[in-house]
Amino acid sequence: MSFDKELDTRGMNCPLPILKTKKALADMASGQVLKVVSTDAGSVKDMAAFANQTGNTLVSSSEEKGEYVFMMKKK
Amino acid sequence: MKKMGIIATKGTLDMAYPPLILASTAAALGWDVQVFCTFYGLELLRKNMDGIRVSPLANPAMPMPVPMPVFVQALPGMEAMASMMMKQKIKSKGVASLSELREMCIEADVKFVACQMTVDLFEFDKNEFIGGVDFVGAASFMEFAGEADVCLFI
Repeated sequence: MSFDKELDTRGMNCPLPILKTKKALADMASGQVLKVVSTDAGSVKDMAAFANQTGNTLVSSSEEKGEYVFMMKKK
Repeated sequence: MKKMGIIATKGTLDMAYPPLILASTAAALGWDVQVFCTFYGLELLRKNMDGIRVSPLANPAMPMPVPMPVFVQALPGMEAMASMMMKQKIKSKGVASLSELREMCIEADVKFVACQMTVDLFEFDKNEFIGGVDFVGAASFMEFAGEADVCLFI
C-alpha cells in the first residue's frame, strides 16, 4: 500500500508512538496516509483507540517480525 | 470536546509519570486537559525536573536488582542510586523523560495550574516554575472539573 509519509517509532514506548503520530499527522493534508512502524505491543490497541477518538482512519494494522505497521489516513 | 481534569499531588519519579502520560495522550486525542498541581505535585512545574527522585523506602513493590533489607535502603546515597538506576532503565526502554512529556503537554495546550495555598505553605519562589502557569485555588479547579468528563486524583 502506498503512503505519503513514514514515521519510525521503533524502540519508543507508551505514549510516545501515539504522541508522535499525532504530531506527524498535523503536518499532513486530509486524505494523506501515514505509515507508522512501532515495536510497542501496546500500540496495536492504542492506534485503533486513537483512530476511533480522532476520526482518522486506521486503514491497516499488521505485525511482521515483532514490528507493528499501521497505515493511518488523515481525516 | 471532551475534558479531563487531573489533580497531581505526588512528586516522586514514579508518581510524576501518570499525570504527564495521561495529560499528553488525552491532549493528543483532542481533549481539553487541565492539571492542578498541589502539594508535592508542584514538582511537575519546576523548570528543572532533574531533582525528581524515587525512593525504595516504604515502596516494597519497587523491583530491586538484588534483595535489599530496609535498613540498607535507608543508608545515605541509596535514594540517589535507585533514582539513577530507574532513570537509566527508563531511557533504555524507550520511555520518555518527564521533561520530554511535559514539553509535549505544553505543545498540545495542556493547561497547568498551581495551588497557591501550597506554594505559600512551602514558600516556593514562583520563578522556580515554568511559565504559563496560573496560580489558583480550589474553586478555580472545581469550575473546570465540574464540566469534565474524566477527573483523576493522582
